[in-house]
Amino acid sequence: MNFTKKLFAVLALVPGLVFASEGGFPLDRAPERSDMASLQNGAKLFVNYCLNCHSASAMRYNRLRDIGLTDEQIKNNLLFSADKVGELMTTAMRPADAKAWFGAVPPDLSVIARAKSSPAGSGADYLYTYLRTFYKDDTRPTGWNNMVVPNVAMPHVMWQLQGVRAPKMVEETDPHDASKKIHTFAGWEQVAPGSMSATDFDTATADLVAYLSWMAEPAQGTRKKLGAIVLIFLSVFAFLAWRLNASYWKDLK
Amino acid sequence: MGAAFKETKLPANAPAGHKALAWIDDRFPLSKLWNDQWGKYYAPKNFNIWYLFGSLAMLILVLQIVTGIFLTMHYKPDAALAFNSVEMTIMRDVPWGWLVRYMHSTGASAFFIVVYLHMTRGLLYGSYRKPRELIWIFGFAIFLCLMAEAFFGYLLPWGQMSYWGAQVIVNLFGAIPVIGPDLSLWIRGDYVVSDATLNRFFAFHVIALPLVLLGLVAAHLIALHEVGSNNPDGIEVKEHLGPDGHPLDAIPSHPYYSTKDLFGVSMFLLIFSAVVFFAPEMGGYFLEYNNFIPADSMKTPPHIAPTWYFTPFYSVLRATTADFMYVVIAAVVLYVVFLWVKSRLSYKAKMAAAVIGLVLIIGMLTLEAKFWGVVLFGSSVVIIGALPWLDHSPARSIRYRPKWHMWLYVLFGLSFIALGYLGTQLPTPAYTLISQVCTLLYFSFFLLMPWWSAAGRFKPVPTRVTFHPH
Repeated sequence: MNFTKKLFAVLALVPGLVFASEGGFPLDRAPERSDMASLQNGAKLFVNYCLNCHSASAMRYNRLRDIGLTDEQIKNNLLFSADKVGELMTTAMRPADAKAWFGAVPPDLSVIARAKSSPAGSGADYLYTYLRTFYKDDTRPTGWNNMVVPNVAMPHVMWQLQGVRAPKMVEETDPHDASKKIHTFAGWEQVAPGSMSATDFDTATADLVAYLSWMAEPAQGTRKKLGAIVLIFLSVFAFLAWRLNASYWKDLK
Repeated sequence: MGAAFKETKLPANAPAGHKALAWIDDRFPLSKLWNDQWGKYYAPKNFNIWYLFGSLAMLILVLQIVTGIFLTMHYKPDAALAFNSVEMTIMRDVPWGWLVRYMHSTGASAFFIVVYLHMTRGLLYGSYRKPRELIWIFGFAIFLCLMAEAFFGYLLPWGQMSYWGAQVIVNLFGAIPVIGPDLSLWIRGDYVVSDATLNRFFAFHVIALPLVLLGLVAAHLIALHEVGSNNPDGIEVKEHLGPDGHPLDAIPSHPYYSTKDLFGVSMFLLIFSAVVFFAPEMGGYFLEYNNFIPADSMKTPPHIAPTWYFTPFYSVLRATTADFMYVVIAAVVLYVVFLWVKSRLSYKAKMAAAVIGLVLIIGMLTLEAKFWGVVLFGSSVVIIGALPWLDHSPARSIRYRPKWHMWLYVLFGLSFIALGYLGTQLPTPAYTLISQVCTLLYFSFFLLMPWWSAAGRFKPVPTRVTFHPH
């Protein structure tokens, strides 16, 4: 009986274990931004801020036509790392150099928005939170640290837009052990302002993240539109197949 | 040799189509094949929804082959090129490449869902009982090949999960004593999973296993048609033939099951398309998130999990800890005692069981738990093939068995699903305990089946099928 009681006690607590995951920084929801203007703004931010160190080696420049840009617009405004619009978004920085300079090779961003999905939130949520939680940390080689990826090798590329921030840490009693104290995050402190206000920076980051989500799967728009038509067709087909079958089977005794 | 060649002569004004068919039939048994295998193959008329999954499995096989052929046109089986050949070439540059890719990845998961449901039908209605044991064995071989096919295929995108999943599973072979490390080296073609491994897994996935699968499916169907189909009531329809020589309770597959299967196919395609077009990742279960990161032999992911369809058996492997080995040893002792006391096996068989039990116990005390985990992992799959000889129920179908048998099936099903869920999670102490309990339930279901399947009050089995006119 003792073992059974223990077993049931364990089983009753099992659902709670869902929350005992890796214990990362809580992710904010990436705002829904699917209009062309946002995606184009995101493309602009991507090419200007990200493409220097990161590559997007599965993405061709001319795919940007899908978000409403013409070849001329791409060529005149966004074509930094290649000569022709049909080329891939590669970067000139060699992996060996990157490793020496930063300590890690900047990952390719082609499908980063799909790779970073987890039970904690979608890939877009992760990236949206990551890009907005850099803070000043003089102990790090780059001078920057990050809440979502502690001790990240990447510097705060968009610091001029967001400004310099520092986290406010408060001491609290450990909920698991009353004799101990832990540092918890209690909000941000703007040390030096950036060229954008906090809400403007959030909007710009949302645009960039929307672009990254789009770039991870450029066919998603077509996929969903076509899907609707396919499902409608198949529903009609299934209905007809059902009645056809019924008409043959009604004569069976 | 048969009789001398005799040309079928049709009247001169017969339609060209009839003449063409007659010409072929004189030289190749086309009409005979059609009629024997489908057109005039008489199947019981009381088939229900559980009987759709065989034809659906065949449809998915064709789907996987066709989408696979198109993928192979663009995929590059080279460690440096593989990831981009999928994420750049196929998903972006090739017109409709994304659709073919999603159909193939969704098809793989759909294949396992359909096959597990197909096997459940076999369990419910005793479709593996005499004289259909060989159908079950071929089916079991298909299941093994399907698992291997999925395993080999999963390495091909060369993502983080592809690489590390393959690394973990091939390393399991290293746990086999004496030959283990050499066996792993032989399978991999290298000391770690590498380009060599990718190339050979590509060969296995694209041609070797599909050929074997097609052969086994043909054998599976030939064996079925030789004895005839079972049915939800578990009775032999051939025991009551009509004046035309066909079973009274059977109907020709064409047109009745042609139309029924067509409807089944349309419903399947609806669900399949909904996934392909609206949820191809299926929350990370059909396309793992981690697999969108190119394979990096220097970075081990924090959580390596196999694809969802392997997780029940993976749970059994992880449940086999050093502590659990003592439970397994106790179970072996209990089982041998049970065989001696309760079974009607011969004295020789009982002695053999005792000797095997003793050898197993000595082995379990000397060899490490990792090896026995692999053994239990393999056994959890292989034991399914033994069903025809474990089930001693006087009634084939669940319909005429005692009600509590159904509850045992439900318990088995829940254990299997629980093991599957736990296989996707990190192994905490509580989860490990639950998977150990479920492992015991899983194996007990099979190993004690010779007794519980014959126990209880059975309902009278009818002589004719229960059929409700549509």
